Amino acid sequence: MTLKIEDVRNIAQLARLQIDDSSVKQYATELSRILALAEQMSAVDTTDVTPMAHPMDATQRLRADEVTETDQRDKFQAIAPDVERGFYRVPKVIE
Amino acid sequence: MTRTVKEIQQGLADGQFSSVEITQDYLSKISLFNDKINCFITVTDDLALQQAKAADDLIAAGNGQPLTGIPLAHKDIYCTDGVKTSCASKMLDNFIAPYDATIIEKFKQSGAVMLGKTNMDEFAMGSSNENSYYGDVANPWDIERVPGGSSGGSAAAVAARLTPAATGTDTGGSIRQPAALCGISGIKPTYGRVSRYGMIAFGSSLDQGGPLAQSAEDCAIILQTMAGFDPRDSTSIEQPVPDYSASINQDIRGMKIGLPEEYFAEGLDADVAKVIMAAVDEYRKLGAEVIDIKLPNSGISIPVYYVVATAECSSNLSRFDGVRFGHRCDNPTDLEDLYKRSRTEGFGEEVKRRIMIGTYALSAGYYDAYYLKAQQLRRLIKQDYEKAFTEVDAIACPVTPEIAFKRGDKTDDPVSMYLQDIYTIALNLAGLPGMSIPAGFSQGMPVGLQLIGNYFEESRLLNLAHRYQQVTDWHLQAPELV
Repeated sequence: MTLKIEDVRNIAQLARLQIDDSSVKQYATELSRILALAEQMSAVDTTDVTPMAHPMDATQRLRADEVTETDQRDKFQAIAPDVERGFYRVPKVIE
Repeated sequence: MTRTVKEIQQGLADGQFSSVEITQDYLSKISLFNDKINCFITVTDDLALQQAKAADDLIAAGNGQPLTGIPLAHKDIYCTDGVKTSCASKMLDNFIAPYDATIIEKFKQSGAVMLGKTNMDEFAMGSSNENSYYGDVANPWDIERVPGGSSGGSAAAVAARLTPAATGTDTGGSIRQPAALCGISGIKPTYGRVSRYGMIAFGSSLDQGGPLAQSAEDCAIILQTMAGFDPRDSTSIEQPVPDYSASINQDIRGMKIGLPEEYFAEGLDADVAKVIMAAVDEYRKLGAEVIDIKLPNSGISIPVYYVVATAECSSNLSRFDGVRFGHRCDNPTDLEDLYKRSRTEGFGEEVKRRIMIGTYALSAGYYDAYYLKAQQLRRLIKQDYEKAFTEVDAIACPVTPEIAFKRGDKTDDPVSMYLQDIYTIALNLAGLPGMSIPAGFSQGMPVGLQLIGNYFEESRLLNLAHRYQQVTDWHLQAPELV
């Protein structure tokens, strides 16, 4: 699988990353090499093999639907980049 | 002054020195040598001395626990309440964690002292500690060489004896590989044995915390506090924790040790192979039976790992968006611009590369070919080990194909860097425990022996490692610091 320049731009958009025009080619080359490595997987037949989600095949634990966390808004917002009256501020989203 | 955790325990109990005294010793040693090795991102001097004072009071009152007053360093991936937790990323350069990771909480409850937070590859992605926002870590045996990664700061700090022991995390070898390259002992426990709560996530189905120390005996003491079920970690396993020190000295006569043919094939440096075979001979002398085994799907583990780990990392690192914490770009024009520029400025090159690969592997139309296929192959890799463990009690093999390479040697080629992990990643894919112990030297650089056990058999690994360390002195050797 060789990635084209548009593929790299498309992946970057999905990942919310900005790739400069100057480095997009290098990304295409490096990512293609890593994908070539990943493609070695197709050499092994995995028909009827159940995918492994957990080494001990453990399933998700459930707990009672009770409040266990305390309100620590002030503490958490003390490290936020921009807050106002208890809210996180971001640029205007709705016109 | 180089003392093991066990010796410090004894010294504190006998009143030979106080925790404040020994903590001060380590802090001054760190201030002398950290510039050279760069193994600490943050040194918590004041906090350490406060904790040491409190520990001395506990000991004086007869309320000491095994780790009370013992100085430790923690990989900067573990959240520490009120202390900068950077994960070696510009993204978290301003992040003061608002809570403690479970293991940090446990160390606090046990009265241990935190000397500081250690350097690492950014978000634990790397095998050489050359991917840190805070600069490379040097190998104390030869500062021109890498210490390994991603827990390179922890390994270098223990090797240089700037801390008696440290914590690390291991997603594809990040405890065992730096332990091997720095000539110390380290254990990656079974997946689910040590809580991942508050440990900044990279590949959640692979990540596991563990100790790096000067001996197997010390690893057992530290792991004792780290291990255990945690309801706050959804993949933590509810199983009692055995007394790791109790069985450490058991006779290993008659134990069956397997040598996987695939781990001694092409690509393994001849001198490293010689060291490993000499260690295996030592086990024969100790009465173990050595058997050749096969792990036929070993060859596929690198591609499988780099699909699973990157897919999970792209998903985990989507939380860094510049909104609630971490780096935010200046003057964003709109929300999209805020996300994109904050992430682009905050993440380093290797992290971005892995996010891109993982995003691609998980994108519409490619999931089956990459992630699903990789998860199927994981089962085949696990089955290889299951079969092996019907024939043997433990597996012995190298940790790395070669000794620590020179800094800068592999930074231009991500794939050649990934190949360094060839002997360590299959364990993470299978979820098995593994250990690295010093087994000798090649060109003056340490070589590590890897021991692999069945699920929850950390005790057996520690036992095998300790018996070896009773008849050899590789683990006692430390680099000269000048």
